[in-house]
Amino acid sequence: MELLLYAIDNIELLGSRTLEHIALVGVAVGIATLTGVPIGIAITKNENLAKSVLYVASIIVTIPSIALFGIMIPILSIFGQGIGYVPAVLAVLLYSQLPIIRNTYTAINNVNPALREAARGLGMSSNQRLRMVEIPLAVPVIMAGVRTAVVLNIGVMAIAAYIGAGGLGTFISRGISQSDPRQLIVGSIAVSLLAIIVDFSLLALQKRLTPKGMELDASAD
Amino acid sequence: MIQLDNLTKVFETPKEAVVAADHISMNVPDGEICILLGPSGCGKTTTLKMINRIIRPTSGKVFINDEDTSGMNTQDLRRNIGYVIQQIGLFPNMTIEENITIVPKLLGWDKTRYKKRAREMMDMIAMDAEAFLKRYPSELSGGQQQRIGVARALAADPPVMLMDEPFGAIDPINRAVIQDEFLKMQQELKKTIMFVSHDIDEAIKMGDRVAVFREGKLVQYSTPDDLLAAPKNAFIESFLGEDRALKRLNLVKVSEVVSTDIGSVHPDDTLETALSRIDDFGYQNSILMVNDRHQPAGMITRAVARTTKGYCRDHFQSAPPIVRLDDDLRKVASLMFANDTTWLPCVDEDGRVSGQITQRAMTHHLGARFRSRPENSASIRPDSNAVKE
Repeated sequence: MELLLYAIDNIELLGSRTLEHIALVGVAVGIATLTGVPIGIAITKNENLAKSVLYVASIIVTIPSIALFGIMIPILSIFGQGIGYVPAVLAVLLYSQLPIIRNTYTAINNVNPALREAARGLGMSSNQRLRMVEIPLAVPVIMAGVRTAVVLNIGVMAIAAYIGAGGLGTFISRGISQSDPRQLIVGSIAVSLLAIIVDFSLLALQKRLTPKGMELDASAD
Repeated sequence: MIQLDNLTKVFETPKEAVVAADHISMNVPDGEICILLGPSGCGKTTTLKMINRIIRPTSGKVFINDEDTSGMNTQDLRRNIGYVIQQIGLFPNMTIEENITIVPKLLGWDKTRYKKRAREMMDMIAMDAEAFLKRYPSELSGGQQQRIGVARALAADPPVMLMDEPFGAIDPINRAVIQDEFLKMQQELKKTIMFVSHDIDEAIKMGDRVAVFREGKLVQYSTPDDLLAAPKNAFIESFLGEDRALKRLNLVKVSEVVSTDIGSVHPDDTLETALSRIDDFGYQNSILMVNDRHQPAGMITRAVARTTKGYCRDHFQSAPPIVRLDDDLRKVASLMFANDTTWLPCVDEDGRVSGQITQRAMTHHLGARFRSRPENSASIRPDSNAVKE
């Protein structure tokens, strides 16, 4: 009850922090998609390169977020951006690479070889195959990767509050420093709800982006 | 015409070099279907796929309509060759219309032209354009999907088609239907077709010529009838099976074996006349009775003719089953077995009796081909390129 009252009293702040949070994750994963999908496609041409790229991306994900922020402070200070918005977005961008690159790579690689042979036999160039067949068929899996990245990083972004990036994490960090369980719990619940809601919305988007014929395929199984 | 000149593929594996196709040379004349036949791993599919460079030849050349294809751009080459694969390979993200119009679009046809073409193709494969063009492949049965696969390959009207076990994944009943439809289409289209199969019955049914492969080599290349009548060696004999003479029944038409010399009686003839005719013609049991229009009307048996007085019209039995001149001998044999008879009357398009076919004549006809030597048996000589024994 107390929590609910606190939330209602601070509804405006809660709202603006949520939007801030969404903007941070949105920008970061947006950029990550623009870089990760082409990388994922490119590495399907070379197995060794694919192994190395995926290996590096996996290592990045194993770095704890608080440590990553720590490393970035001195480096980005050179450009006067040691704390705040830039390191937060950069960290999330790095974390997003693995799910997006890996899913793109797997999806393109797993396109039915018979379809690939048919496409070649009909006389499509490799770019035409990519554009007309492979990418459309890979969209559901690539989108699943984007969803994973978003949900994962909504959590990571909460910690970015410690380097002054804002977002819902501020409730949590203040709750801890001021020993105020109301802020702590309201902040945590808000982050969790945001993750769930965004995940469902992206699932809906994924379904819309899935080519129609494949949807029918999936429902038949 | 498709012409292969010493086409060879060597696959380098870590252990050794494997020769998948060894100096294959053969010609497929315009408008004919050539079946590449053999057990798995014999090189038939490799040979086929080297024609449209899905597999790159190690050496050798492919000529299409006398043009050396090695100078052609790969994409251009493929757009001018229809390609049908066993797994069908329709793109699930595209509608039937989009699938059919891929090659016309790649060739830069304008929209009205390729849309019209899609409808023509649906007519050709006897599927309803309204009902199917806007649907997706996953909504179609396997048989329907492969019809679309064939339509897609034919959409840009290529002179040459390559088909890699196109009907292999379709259930036997639908397969026979699609094979018949395809043969009917081919009668009009007259494409030059290379067709991979591992099914001897399919090869005999579909092929104008059959090329049998073994371990990367072309062993025999001849018409189905020559193949069955004069297999070159023990491998081909065993591959064709011990019932290969029976398979030839499919290939021979009644008109090739029919004897026009048939005795008959009219309803107005007396039984005495019937008996004397049975004896004159040397028939064992019975003679055919025909009506005024010379159509089969019944049968007079020797027993009745000998013991009874009167006219044929009062003492005949029902007419035996009849066969038409364009039926194959398989149907004839089946009718003979089913009706316990050694002869059947044959009729022309108007149902008039034009002769008879006897078991004796059938065995003689088939046996004659088996007795003759392979060297002088074949009228066409595509074998000359095949491996000599």
